[in-house]
Amino acid sequence: MAVSGLLMLGYLVAHVAGNLKVFFGPEEFNAYGHWLRVMGAPVLHHEWALWLVRIVLLAAVVAHAVSAYQLSRRDLKARPTAYVHRRKGASYATRTMRWGGIILALFIVWHVLDLTTGTVHPGGFEEGRPYQNVVDTFSTWYGNVIYIVAMLAVGLHVRHGFWSAAQTLGIGSARRERLLRGAANGLALALTAGFVSVPVAVMTGVVS
Amino acid sequence: MRLTLRVWRQRNAGTPGAMSTYDVDGISADMSFLEMLDTLNEDLILRGEDPVAFDHDCREGICGACSLVINGDAHGPERTTTCQLHMRAFRDGDTIDIEPWRAAAFPVVKDLVVDRSAFDRVIQAGGYITAPTGAAPEAHATPVPKADADSAFEHAECIGCGACVAACPNGSAMLFTSAKVNHLNVLPQGSPERETRVLDMVAQMDAEGFGGCTLTGECATACPKGIPLPSISAMNKEWLRARRKVKG
Repeated sequence: MAVSGLLMLGYLVAHVAGNLKVFFGPEEFNAYGHWLRVMGAPVLHHEWALWLVRIVLLAAVVAHAVSAYQLSRRDLKARPTAYVHRRKGASYATRTMRWGGIILALFIVWHVLDLTTGTVHPGGFEEGRPYQNVVDTFSTWYGNVIYIVAMLAVGLHVRHGFWSAAQTLGIGSARRERLLRGAANGLALALTAGFVSVPVAVMTGVVS
Repeated sequence: MRLTLRVWRQRNAGTPGAMSTYDVDGISADMSFLEMLDTLNEDLILRGEDPVAFDHDCREGICGACSLVINGDAHGPERTTTCQLHMRAFRDGDTIDIEPWRAAAFPVVKDLVVDRSAFDRVIQAGGYITAPTGAAPEAHATPVPKADADSAFEHAECIGCGACVAACPNGSAMLFTSAKVNHLNVLPQGSPERETRVLDMVAQMDAEGFGGCTLTGECATACPKGIPLPSISAMNKEWLRARRKVKG
């Protein structure tokens, strides 16, 4: 869970940085999209680097889901009889890891179908013109709702996930507790704010 | 004080149990929680009913025998053992839910008593040192750095009551096992078995049917001895190190 999670988290940081290029206008954003396809050239062939990233990510998603399934099965089996008197424990982020993960998995499917393949894209999807595609998606109410909800879920998932990954890998200690909690909260906040800023910008007309 | 108790009653491991409601009267705020249950049991015996079975021994907060989930909290609302919880933590007229530790690895024996021998088997897997012991050794013979001694003492405080497992939504025993592993692994006396200890104890913990850790932190919140949550990370570090050393 920890290693696959951190791999995906690393990707998310790069992803949000790339997304923010949308604020520099269509030329720069589209050029960035093009660069992603010629990354590593001339050593690598067209889109090779991109596919490499996609393969690693897919492996990470599958590994993460499989270990989450195994862990959940084991955890549910270890508490066969529930307490009659239930109390709310742990933080909201901690309690929503399972459902949050499922929401994110569904979101990723929609997100790829929307902005990578264009299958469910509203309006005319045009490859090589990501700026217009992004504006089209966020010009629909449901596009905004799905995206913003999912990005809030990302923030919560990362908040507990990053700190937990550190504990799993044995990096946590009483001395590093504040640092790790702070880093997890900071990352979660930065990712959510960064991602959500794009639909908000489209809604308010800053990006159009 | 007058209280309404809802207590888990179960004849034995084979029959299903249920919550039963009892009224108790004449409870003093200075009574311990267990004395309150003694009062209930005296009442039940006088009425010719089966008294409520619950584990207890030293009643001083040091043996780890008492084990009740009170209103959903392992050992009740205060950070101490059930025997050290006093009725002043409740108010007249309160309804109190009392349940046994809930975990697949801790099957109910009767009423509120659960079988915690899974913990004994985790200890048997490596929670000891093989050096011959006898009379207390000369203190300067084996120097222990202050920080290590403090850490060992902190983890040695674990009384093995199982509140961590009871509080964990996954029924995981990571905090207990980490307390035992860290206690011995930081000391020179424990270093000959440093690798096998952590590997064997974790393997035994898994074999007993405890759940996996998702770092919810409920265990450390419930622990009457204040074993800290980062102990789990320290054990993970030991485990990863041992795997590298044993394999490499």
